[in-house]
Amino acid sequence: MLKSWKTIQPYALVTPQTLVLVLFLVLPILMILLVSFWQFDGIQMIPGFTLDNYKSVFTSDVTLRTYLNTFKYVFLVWFFCLAIAFPVSYFLAFFVEDQKWQIILFLVCTVPFWTSNIIRMISWVPVLGKEGLVNSFLTGLGLIDQPIEWLLFSDFAIVLGMVHLYNFFMIAPIFNSLMRIDRSLITAARDMGASGFQILKEIILPLAAPGIAIGSIFVVTLVMGEFVTVRMMGGGQAASIGKMIQTQIGSLQYPLAAANAVILLLVTLLLVMAILRVVDIRKEL
Amino acid sequence: MAKISRRQVIRTGLAAGAALAATRCARSEAPVGTPNNPATGPQVNTNQTKDVTLRLIGTGVSQINEVRDKAQEDLGFKLDMRALSTEENNQIAITQPKQYDIFDGEYFSLPLVVPSGNLQPIDISRVKDYDKIVPFFTQGKFEGMPVEQSQGTAPYRVQYLTGPDSKEFSSTPTDYATLIPFQYNADTLGYRPDLVGRKIETWGELFNPEFKGKTSILDIPQIGIMDAAMVAESLGLMTFADKGNMTREEIDQITNILKEQKRAGQFRAFWKTFDESVNLMNAGEVVLQSMWSPAVTAVKSKGTECIYAPLKEGYRGWGGGIGLSKNLSGIQLDAAYDYINWMLEGWVGSFLGRQGYYSAAPENAKKYMSQAEWDFWYEGKPASEDMVDPFGKTLEKQGAVRDGGSFKERFGNIVCWNSTMKENVYLVQKWNEFIAS
Repeated sequence: MLKSWKTIQPYALVTPQTLVLVLFLVLPILMILLVSFWQFDGIQMIPGFTLDNYKSVFTSDVTLRTYLNTFKYVFLVWFFCLAIAFPVSYFLAFFVEDQKWQIILFLVCTVPFWTSNIIRMISWVPVLGKEGLVNSFLTGLGLIDQPIEWLLFSDFAIVLGMVHLYNFFMIAPIFNSLMRIDRSLITAARDMGASGFQILKEIILPLAAPGIAIGSIFVVTLVMGEFVTVRMMGGGQAASIGKMIQTQIGSLQYPLAAANAVILLLVTLLLVMAILRVVDIRKEL
Repeated sequence: MAKISRRQVIRTGLAAGAALAATRCARSEAPVGTPNNPATGPQVNTNQTKDVTLRLIGTGVSQINEVRDKAQEDLGFKLDMRALSTEENNQIAITQPKQYDIFDGEYFSLPLVVPSGNLQPIDISRVKDYDKIVPFFTQGKFEGMPVEQSQGTAPYRVQYLTGPDSKEFSSTPTDYATLIPFQYNADTLGYRPDLVGRKIETWGELFNPEFKGKTSILDIPQIGIMDAAMVAESLGLMTFADKGNMTREEIDQITNILKEQKRAGQFRAFWKTFDESVNLMNAGEVVLQSMWSPAVTAVKSKGTECIYAPLKEGYRGWGGGIGLSKNLSGIQLDAAYDYINWMLEGWVGSFLGRQGYYSAAPENAKKYMSQAEWDFWYEGKPASEDMVDPFGKTLEKQGAVRDGGSFKERFGNIVCWNSTMKENVYLVQKWNEFIAS
């Protein structure tokens, strides 16, 4: 009796999570997959099986251009997130001695999340706009005569907005893996005469790799599906896959939107797999 | 890292779960008067509709607390309003029919919503003031003004259904209506006179290189395309057989024109919601753009000058109305008809009128408006006193004149309406191309 309970126990433990995932993740995705093969006559969906939705996605050059544009955002946001997150985590992990201060400063990194996404993005307008803070400051100093227009409603603004939003998703895992590095390794390396740069290259970076990989997965998947920031910061003039799907849903073209969503999911999974091929994150877990 | 033990987390989680469960249980109590929860004393039902709650969905224009409170007070039953964007509103109307009793939507949504069969035709004989509705909605007539020839999804084209269970529009009046008009307006371009420096009199100005990087249009395909068509026609860039029902070739041509303009940097941004258009204008990001009337009012009320330009080509019209869910029956349906009749009775019309919208039955609204208000909003006369909106904000100072003039001049000169075309799917595809270009 006791033994059979022991064998059941792990299954009982995973049941709730499995149910939640099946109900709220697997089933909806299957629904999307199903709908992506349905027909749409301009007014309503007709259950059936057609490849027309996929055909129209793959034959349109807009799809390719929109994907390229989305990849551009993914790369830029990932690059800048990493460029900011690594030094920040490094500072937190190695320069802040007191654990209390580490936690406080780490929490400070979450400040951008204390207000809603939309409010954060709307607040950029008075900062970056033609009559905004930055422009009036620069004109006030006499550095420019005309307001700089590319500060807002541009690719620059989109990348800025997303880096601001998603940086924390990079900081947290990198900080976590840096904290796990055995300090005696660094002491040993120093004793053996390694320079600061050598320590960084030979010890810290390899050991931080899983954290970087997890952070990259977060950032890449988030940016791939992004549409709110793209619309608000891009002034509606820039395209991303998420925004394209949103426009299609807004016009009730669910099957086409579903087909796009399925493709987006596959492309994103490919990207995640590529990251996992490069770094073995199981070391982290 | 933070020392929160697992036990603590579990305990908090359990407590939260228990609290949720408790509130759920409390809410699932049966309504008073049903067998599971008998009323405490003898009860005489004189007004059966008083236990009814009607759920409304609609755009922010009409889902206003003041309207709800007044309706509840006058009618005795409860209203539950949800303010949604135009797109969400359509989506719920079509895909979640059980979520609403009354649909408050735009006429151009009807070619999408009606085929879903989620609305029941309105029995016109039960609508008391139907004959007082502006005849353009009911018969397509308006004193012989240009609006009678307007293109697009004009309300009267989708006003009637062929029968009591029909999903087909009737081109001639029948006894069954799709929507009872609620509010509508004539849209045009808005501009900042302080930054433009001269009068704007034609749609063509939107593509004028003088305003490069300072203009904006709507990023809703069915509306944005109509604005673009007005501009292209005005500049003689192209002509349409029927703007409200473009052919694929016409859609190709107009999106190519839009793409060219975008590449040349004509647009500063595209907007999708009311607030965005207000912010763009108020922050000076944009000096000339396609706008909605209350958005212009909102810009003005922030102390920024803004003109809602009457243009020589005419206006783009839009209209919204109230439809009934097919789920309504019995006393709930009675209550819904009560609401429709209340809405036409005039109080709502005056409430909307003070914000610059037009009411379906203006003569009823007039009863609730002061002479000064009526003269300003409907007659196009100079304000004999300050114009104050229903929320207490002063919109216009004494002596001001409404841009575009009287109701007849503005409404009568609508030349096209927001449209759902036969080629709607193709339009959305090309629109996405334009955005991605």
